[in-house]
Amino acid sequence: MTTAPAGTVTQAVPLRLRERVRHWLDSEPVLAYLFMSPGWLILLLFMSYPFFLGIWISLTDRTVGLPSGEFVGFRNYAELLRDRTFHLTVMNTFIYGFVTVPFKLVLGLLLALLLNQAFPMRNVLRAALLLPWIVPTALSSLAWLMLYDAVLSPFSWLLKNWGLIESNIAFLGTRTNAIISLCIANIWRGTPFFAVAILAGLQAVPQELHEAAAIEGANRVQRFLAVTLPVIKGILVITTLFSIIWTFADFQLVYVLTKGGPANSTHIFGTYAWQIGIGGAGKLGIGAAISLYMFPVLAVLSAILLRYVRSQEA
Amino acid sequence: MVGSNRLSSRLFLLYLPLAFFTVFLLFPFYWMLIISLKPNSLLLNMKINPLYLTQFTLEHYRYLLTNTDFPRWALNTAVVTFGATFLSLTSSILMGYALGRFRFRGGNLAGTAIFLAYLIPPTLLFIPLSQVVARFGLYNSYWALILTYPTFLIPFASWLLMGYFRTIPRELEECAMIDGASRFQAMWRIILPLALPGVLSAGIFSFTLSWNEFLYALVFMGSGEMKTIPVGTVSDLIRADVFQWGPLMAAAMLGSVPVAIAYMFFVDQYVSGLTAGAVKG
Amino acid sequence: MAQVIYDHVTKRFDGVIAVNDLTLEVKDGEFLVLVGPSGCGKTTALRCLAGLEEVTSGDIIIGDRVVTHIPPKDRDIAMVFQNYALYPHMTVYENMAFGLKLRKMPKQEIDRRVKEVAEMLGIQDLLNRKPRQLSGGQRQRVALGRAIVREPQVFLMDEPLSNLDAKLRVQTRGELIKLQRRLGVTTIYVTHDQVEAMTMGHRIAVMNQGVLQQLDTPENLYDHPANLFVATFIGSPAMNIFPARVVAGDGTVRLVAGDVTLEAPAEQRGRLAEYANREVLVGIRPEDLIVQPGQVSEDRQLRLPVEIVEPLGSETLVHLRGPAGALIAKADPHLHFSPGELASVRVKIEHMHAFDPQTELALF
Repeated sequence: MTTAPAGTVTQAVPLRLRERVRHWLDSEPVLAYLFMSPGWLILLLFMSYPFFLGIWISLTDRTVGLPSGEFVGFRNYAELLRDRTFHLTVMNTFIYGFVTVPFKLVLGLLLALLLNQAFPMRNVLRAALLLPWIVPTALSSLAWLMLYDAVLSPFSWLLKNWGLIESNIAFLGTRTNAIISLCIANIWRGTPFFAVAILAGLQAVPQELHEAAAIEGANRVQRFLAVTLPVIKGILVITTLFSIIWTFADFQLVYVLTKGGPANSTHIFGTYAWQIGIGGAGKLGIGAAISLYMFPVLAVLSAILLRYVRSQEA
Repeated sequence: MVGSNRLSSRLFLLYLPLAFFTVFLLFPFYWMLIISLKPNSLLLNMKINPLYLTQFTLEHYRYLLTNTDFPRWALNTAVVTFGATFLSLTSSILMGYALGRFRFRGGNLAGTAIFLAYLIPPTLLFIPLSQVVARFGLYNSYWALILTYPTFLIPFASWLLMGYFRTIPRELEECAMIDGASRFQAMWRIILPLALPGVLSAGIFSFTLSWNEFLYALVFMGSGEMKTIPVGTVSDLIRADVFQWGPLMAAAMLGSVPVAIAYMFFVDQYVSGLTAGAVKG
Repeated sequence: MAQVIYDHVTKRFDGVIAVNDLTLEVKDGEFLVLVGPSGCGKTTALRCLAGLEEVTSGDIIIGDRVVTHIPPKDRDIAMVFQNYALYPHMTVYENMAFGLKLRKMPKQEIDRRVKEVAEMLGIQDLLNRKPRQLSGGQRQRVALGRAIVREPQVFLMDEPLSNLDAKLRVQTRGELIKLQRRLGVTTIYVTHDQVEAMTMGHRIAVMNQGVLQQLDTPENLYDHPANLFVATFIGSPAMNIFPARVVAGDGTVRLVAGDVTLEAPAEQRGRLAEYANREVLVGIRPEDLIVQPGQVSEDRQLRLPVEIVEPLGSETLVHLRGPAGALIAKADPHLHFSPGELASVRVKIEHMHAFDPQTELALF
């Protein structure tokens, strides 16, 4: 029953050049590459190129005063392995990056569970409690700097007033105190991020499931473990990995609060790289090597995160 | 009995913990505020309770605005923030659209690369990047930051927008193209208006991240009058060991105000941006 | 208004052939329905015509223009999508005016046309609403109005009724037919619903696995299916199919399936002779099985046990245990059948079909 095309149809005229260009521009792959090019151009120039340049610089003895520098192989890396300050730096970074996370996770989860309940002014409070994460960290760190001040700290004043201590606490005066103080400030800054991310996840928990579990006689804790936790597990894992990566590669909080002191005992990778590479002697080669020592850890964390995100997508 | 039980359970399980979190998370801001308003004479007097404000003065704010470079830092920060946000948003809309909409070879790979770029921290790059900035002759100019901030803004914003574009049904665009729109017209008149909440989220986030950035600003624009607010406040208002706490806290307050205001207006965009960027796959 | 021609159109996606060498001509002003199961290539064929998919090979002609490589916007067509694809940020008026504005039509002319079409569809009171404030039926009308107002050469419709509830669907079906006959615009309508296809189309093109199976009027398609696929796809409940052996002898040809023996229609004897002693697939529509409860003394009766009875009100479907699986028969609703009992069955052999078991092509 099919019919051959009628003979009266005008044949397709060969396309003119302008039309061919327009046609070519309308094809999806071409447009895709065209659309992505401004972004990739910036990322190639200011991300990929510096990344590889950094690897090269870390293999030279380049300094700010002597920008050419000579190839020295892995000398910078080897030197750092013998550097006591670098040992402390590695330790500090791991403490700072990993020890703070359980606190942020637990506090953030608690806060999210609280904010997920109905009470007056809930939205206002939710907005206000995210502030530590929104405000410029360098500036909020200044507030902490004063809260930790050897003379003016209101914490010391209160504790003295209550008769709990005799003299002011040196919050930033010893390595142990300083690291604890840094961690507390970091937990303060990171908790709202966890809370808001988890809160978004909690809102995806089906209410019927809770009701069904309640009818079957599950108490609050059992309901949380059986119903809520499986739903928000993905968010918990992803948020945690993000937080570890960011904290591991932090800079401002430590820079403002201790600048690595006392006696270079509280540096993390970022601040130590800055001090060696830019701030002090301007030893770019060693500074770049310090930064790059972060790379294996970041790469592993990123790979885990990527795999996890992909598996969540599927 | 039931009522009072319920009330006390709400008190212990909800209101007390909330009070704890409120004090913990907001106390530093309260402190910032009262110190910025406290006369110097009271500041160092250890006899009186430092947590209250018995008298207040705007002297620290006056000093900050007239005797320091703070107004100039604010201008610098604003120029850099708007420049970087505009550049990033434009490239990210295009990038996110391409990644979210088009079928092409290497699309998945590009998406993964963007995600990984999002995870590369400034602390890993700042030393070689300072050399690149110097080589391009951008050192201590606005362009140093306008061109480098997009390295962390574009991956974030593209990722967010990619997810957003994917939620818009393809048929809308197809229908527009059948109705007589070119692909660009369909994108401009149909898809972009519908993606506006996402664009707003990405924009507001880029604004905040640029305004708050510290390391690149410290290294690439850290000298003279080209400092940004965070860098200027931290490096110029703290001289040796003499802390001018009043002006410092006043600067911290003023430097936080623009992001706090932007935040108050767009809480929901912030939250959706934060969860999209951090959580959504 | 125009004819539409698919000239050997093939569309491949990453090695999968979605449309395979499709050649078909839609006449000017015709309502053509493309029907088939999901994944049969009907929607892809429509999207190729719209220009939303680039054809792999072949040509598409609208009116007297080859449009194979022309972008959708220049093909002078309008399309109604399954989910309507109304622009959510525009009012009904703006939705309808969008295509006209893009064509730089004067404001008054746009206004006149939009209002005229809105009135025709009874949506003149909705013009200032946003799509989300409309019911499903209203959205469907707006989508239709947006297509009509353009006055295109061809309407393309991709399952436009499938998101409506059953009652509204029947009502809208009727209105759509009237509208198309009145406007006289060539329309190509995709659906998976064979009832829609039968009631709406001047002609129906049945597709399966990317291949056009048959193109014909609804009546011919029903009475003379070209192959087994069309025979079983069109009609509800589906045609009963069972294998039977062809036995020729003493001037008759009989079809034997288990203990059921049917005499072949006299005029088909010659056609069946070449299948003597081989199997063919016999097809009988449910309404061509005349069933009565109990025993009836009449010639050429089969007696088959009743398995399930489905009273539908206007008719009763009786599932009988046939020679190979169930046979479904449509019975008078006033007759009473009980499962387990025997029923008398007469086959209207003049309406019987037979298919080659290998090629599945119809013998008659």
